[in-house]
Amino acid sequence: MRDFKPHINKTVESIPPSGIRRFFDIASEMEDVISLGVGEPDFVTPWPIRESCVYGLEKGYTSYTANRGMMELREEIAKAYRTRYGISYEPKTDCLVTVGVSEALDLAMRAILESGDEVLIPEPCYVSYQACAKLAGGVPVGVAARPENDFRITPEDLEPHVTSKTRALLIGYPNNPTGAIMGRSDLMKIAEFAEKHDLVVLSDEIYGDLTYGDEPHVCFAALPGMKDRTILLNGFSKAYAMTGWRVGYVLGNQDIIAAMTKIHQYTMLCAPVTAQIAAIEALKNCEDYKRKMVAEYDSRRRFIYDSFKKIGLQCFEPKGAFYIFPDITSTGYTSEQFCEELIRTEHVATVPGNAFGACGEGHIRCSYATGIDQIAEAMRRIEDFVKNHSKK
Amino acid sequence: MRELLELLEQDARRPVGELASILGKSEYEVKNDISKLEKDKIILSYNTLINWQKFGDDTVTAVIEVNLTPEREHGFDAIAERIERFDEVRTVYLMSGSFDLLVIIEGKSLNDVANFVAMKLATIDEVTGTRTHFMLKPYKKDGVILDDKEKDRRQVIMP
Repeated sequence: MRDFKPHINKTVESIPPSGIRRFFDIASEMEDVISLGVGEPDFVTPWPIRESCVYGLEKGYTSYTANRGMMELREEIAKAYRTRYGISYEPKTDCLVTVGVSEALDLAMRAILESGDEVLIPEPCYVSYQACAKLAGGVPVGVAARPENDFRITPEDLEPHVTSKTRALLIGYPNNPTGAIMGRSDLMKIAEFAEKHDLVVLSDEIYGDLTYGDEPHVCFAALPGMKDRTILLNGFSKAYAMTGWRVGYVLGNQDIIAAMTKIHQYTMLCAPVTAQIAAIEALKNCEDYKRKMVAEYDSRRRFIYDSFKKIGLQCFEPKGAFYIFPDITSTGYTSEQFCEELIRTEHVATVPGNAFGACGEGHIRCSYATGIDQIAEAMRRIEDFVKNHSKK
Repeated sequence: MRELLELLEQDARRPVGELASILGKSEYEVKNDISKLEKDKIILSYNTLINWQKFGDDTVTAVIEVNLTPEREHGFDAIAERIERFDEVRTVYLMSGSFDLLVIIEGKSLNDVANFVAMKLATIDEVTGTRTHFMLKPYKKDGVILDDKEKDRRQVIMP
């Protein structure tokens, strides 16, 4: 069998490889590169979390857990939502612990979509949303959020894309890559829209703990009437700096959780027990560690936002996650050209906005999940680049 | 002001421009705030945390538990004020528990420290007893792990 291509599933074949691979290759050959291209915290997981995992191993926690995840973890998750958002989920039936939000997203798509069903996906968005919908047999329908609206999505943006096949809406706020958040009134309009078209709403709230300023994060499921319509996805990666542990969860109506659990038990069985033990510790005892990290991101956020303004690149103030999404069109470059020239001449890695959807063109994503000294140096280099290399 | 203090406590060398960006103030305002905090003795000094052991210095650090008879009217304060004035004394705390003052001193040699305790500290009238512990190896100081082996292990670019 010389050529395996004919044996590869057509849907898988049709999914393009990630657009950022090229930049990764350039960056990994350089020694003094400053990376603003990393979508994960620069903090190591807080020590109590790591320590509790080590202790668990010493005590012999090495077996499978319940398919849905350890009961103690599900109870802690339910408690956290009750306390923070006043929304109550039954740990026994409404919660499933997954291998990161990535798995949760895949399960959700597979559990709800029939072949050809359409999923509305506001863009720019995380790179796996479209692929997950496609792999589940669905049709992702990208809907451009507008920069003049600070990349918040509105029913007016969504409405023209609704067809008789539209089944679901997938939102991710605070947003990767833009740093945009949706306030209560913004989300209320989306809730009305979902109600009107009877859509399932998948709400990826992995950055929900990372919001800044006066507007606290609004949980979509906590809006009136939305709990049973919402598949709420969250995890520990961003707020507790636990990306490599791969542990996330889904909260929702017991029927959808049961359906997702069915797929999960046959494909994944359960999330790693070590990661679940660590996650329990995170929820029980690490609020202060989280708060400190959030405060640190906030300092960097204000610094990087101010720096971009001083450089003269147009940019809205990000209020969540740890990304900023400046407009680079004034330099005369496309997003990809800008990122490629920037890394080649100044050794600063960023990610082109169009990697997150066509409407991200003209922007670059900069992560401020990196030390402030590094950010300051990166901003000096970007300023030099914009001054000396702009085409216009 | 609290945020400015926290930022300076983390890193006293932050450029004023950086502080201004983070705090959303002008550099002039930040400079003024810092001057005021210095004048009010809320900011006392800007120090550098140095791993002298690593540099090759063999200074001796001792932690001394000191028992006292408090003075009428002045309690422990007057005695603490006598002790704190010696250059060798780095830190003085009044403690609850089985002793009264915790004194941390630094000397060039064991002998130096022994002399200080015998000649200066133990001879104070109100001092009724001392227990001296020598520091062998520092692991963490003022919130900083001295030999931190953790590093950034992330991939250069991740979505």
